[in-house]
Amino acid sequence: MSHVLVVYTDDEPGVLTRVASLFRRRSFNIHSLTVGPTERPGVSRMTVVVDTDEATARRAVEHLRKLVNVLEVQQLGVGRSNVIRDLALIRVSAGPLKRSEVLQLVEVFRANVVDIADDSLVIECTGSLGKIEALVDTLRPFGIIELGRTGAVAMARGTRTALKAAVAPLRTGTGAMSV
Amino acid sequence: MSHTGAQLIWESLIREGVEIVFGYPGGAILPTYDAMTEYPVRHVLVRHEQSAVHMADGYARASGRVGVVVATSGPGATNLVTGLATAMLDSTPLVAITGQVGSGLLGTDAFQEVDITGITLPVTKHNYLVTRAEDVMPAIREAFAVARSGRPGPVLVDITKDAQQSRATLDWEGAEPKRHLRHLPLPLDRSELDRALELIRSAKRPIILAGHGIQLSNARAEVLALAERADIPFALTLLGLGAVPATHPLSLGMMGMHGESWVNRAIQEADLLIALGMRFDDRVTGKLKEYAPHAKKIHIDIDASELNKLVPVDVAIAADLGDVLRALLPAVPVADRSDWLGAIREWKGDSAVRDIKNLPDDGHLYAAHVMHDLWRLTKGEAVVVTDVGQHQMWEAQYYKHDGERSLITSGGAGTMGFALPAAIGAKFARPEAEVWVVAGDGGFQMTFAELMTAVQEDIKVNIAVINNGYLGMVRQWQALFYEGRYAATPILSPDFVKLADAFGIHGQRVECRGDLAAAVESARAAKGTALIEFKVEQEDSVYPMVPAGAALHDMIRRPAPSVLAETGSDPV
Repeated sequence: MSHVLVVYTDDEPGVLTRVASLFRRRSFNIHSLTVGPTERPGVSRMTVVVDTDEATARRAVEHLRKLVNVLEVQQLGVGRSNVIRDLALIRVSAGPLKRSEVLQLVEVFRANVVDIADDSLVIECTGSLGKIEALVDTLRPFGIIELGRTGAVAMARGTRTALKAAVAPLRTGTGAMSV
Repeated sequence: MSHTGAQLIWESLIREGVEIVFGYPGGAILPTYDAMTEYPVRHVLVRHEQSAVHMADGYARASGRVGVVVATSGPGATNLVTGLATAMLDSTPLVAITGQVGSGLLGTDAFQEVDITGITLPVTKHNYLVTRAEDVMPAIREAFAVARSGRPGPVLVDITKDAQQSRATLDWEGAEPKRHLRHLPLPLDRSELDRALELIRSAKRPIILAGHGIQLSNARAEVLALAERADIPFALTLLGLGAVPATHPLSLGMMGMHGESWVNRAIQEADLLIALGMRFDDRVTGKLKEYAPHAKKIHIDIDASELNKLVPVDVAIAADLGDVLRALLPAVPVADRSDWLGAIREWKGDSAVRDIKNLPDDGHLYAAHVMHDLWRLTKGEAVVVTDVGQHQMWEAQYYKHDGERSLITSGGAGTMGFALPAAIGAKFARPEAEVWVVAGDGGFQMTFAELMTAVQEDIKVNIAVINNGYLGMVRQWQALFYEGRYAATPILSPDFVKLADAFGIHGQRVECRGDLAAAVESARAAKGTALIEFKVEQEDSVYPMVPAGAALHDMIRRPAPSVLAETGSDPV
């Protein structure tokens, strides 16, 4: 079963290694991991999707909380209370004869065509994990030449308090001290 | 720009209360060693960096303070790894400072460059790479805070040579750490405490599992108060020995793989386990599926990731043990559980007559005799530092540790070679204490070069080498589970008496029990470090034993003797 963890960390060199190393060390299986900046300078946000049972997911949260560079960990349930989005770029084989059929499907999935070549299209699709998998399955008979996905980015619905001041990063210097 | 980075290292250590460091110099740490001469810090020159970490570890465990290690880059740093892993698994607060090549050379495979922060990532609580003098003080100050806070552990600070040489302003206040506070336990949850109380109230056959966390939390008085008030017996983990007194009427003894049979039986029959500062290690639980099948479980540990890790529990409290018990105690009902305690006493059964120390003297010297007599002769007041293997288990079974921090041993990692260096560290921490090393012939040969460190530093530790000519614990497993094929376990030793002589220390050999007491007394009386080699029965095994993977009640007992011992045959 998939569990979605949102992890706020210091934006410093080596933090991704620490998180990845923890998952490897404890044999937590990562389905996807994304990292990016947040509304706060010096703070990064990771979305980690792990395939595991509930007890193991809770243990992963507790282990993450022990990392000095981790500010906060949220475990999001899978369901309507959260927005989970993935972005895929799909290069699909589509010569002149098949092109209109593919374009119709792109329309149905509310995806976009972002590049056209003589014999292929690049399709961009954003959505839930399920929607993207459905689009990929639909396009497969045409011949998928290349597929790239970002992995999930997740956010809880509803109101939420901002990160506490107490968990602010220690230094906002040049990052010469890498941790 | 008042100070060099090297000076800032020592300025930081002194402000953290450091009086002694264990280390070994080298190129990339030279500026720091050069600056050391200006500061009132004692440096202990080891013979191998791994021993420096074990010394700092022994120092920290004996005193409750943070141990400090200094080493150079490359091989100096990689030699720390086993020691750091040992400290990590046993939650010892350490700070290791390593030199690193100049920041301009990082990543170029320069002479004596290794990625020590990468290498030590899984065996430290946290580590730092410092490349600027102004970051030295914040990094070291935070390292101490991380090492001490929550569940303690080792932290490594890798400092480039140019960061040691360049200058920065000393700003202690500006270096105050905050990040480590992020993950400290939350205030106590009253509803969890109430559920724990309810379980304690309704239990008929409760048992306390006492672990290392009691010492780390300084919660001995609270644990004893709980046990005495509610009349609950306690069983100890290996690292829990000494956390609560072994000779207390409610003390059952050690649990687990080489625990006493009645202790393990009590755990299997209990209806409530109260696990205090312990982590249900596989050496303690045996087969998980059949572990304490009738018991509700309360688990109190400061490390939330240990709760529900291997053993699912009914009440899990992640907090400082002392805080929890102080909150619980006023509401714990006074109880009398003489039925339950009587049942456990009955299970002791014929254990005493099977006990090797009660067998008639057949002219052989058994390690159990050595441990038992050592306990009697030192009145149980020594700090004993054990290595890893059979002697470690015999010591745990026969030396009754009443005092806090009186047993220092590598429990989680099981690091051979730990005892001698850790004992030297412990003696520095508690110079007034009588410190004994108990080591096997195998482990002692791994680090005996540190005898010279003891001599050079004028340190007295007493050493009992239990020599059975085998890597005994492995041999025991080969005898029991590998049809007696002794692959690579017979081991030769040097003449330990001559070895002692070569190091300029007192040395003696004991081959029968009659000579034991006199040898121990002369070792104690000797001015400096003293070594006694005990030539013990070669193929003796540690009993009882729960085979790896078997259920806790499924023990191999010592074979019953054909001749029953008479009581009172104790020569010491």
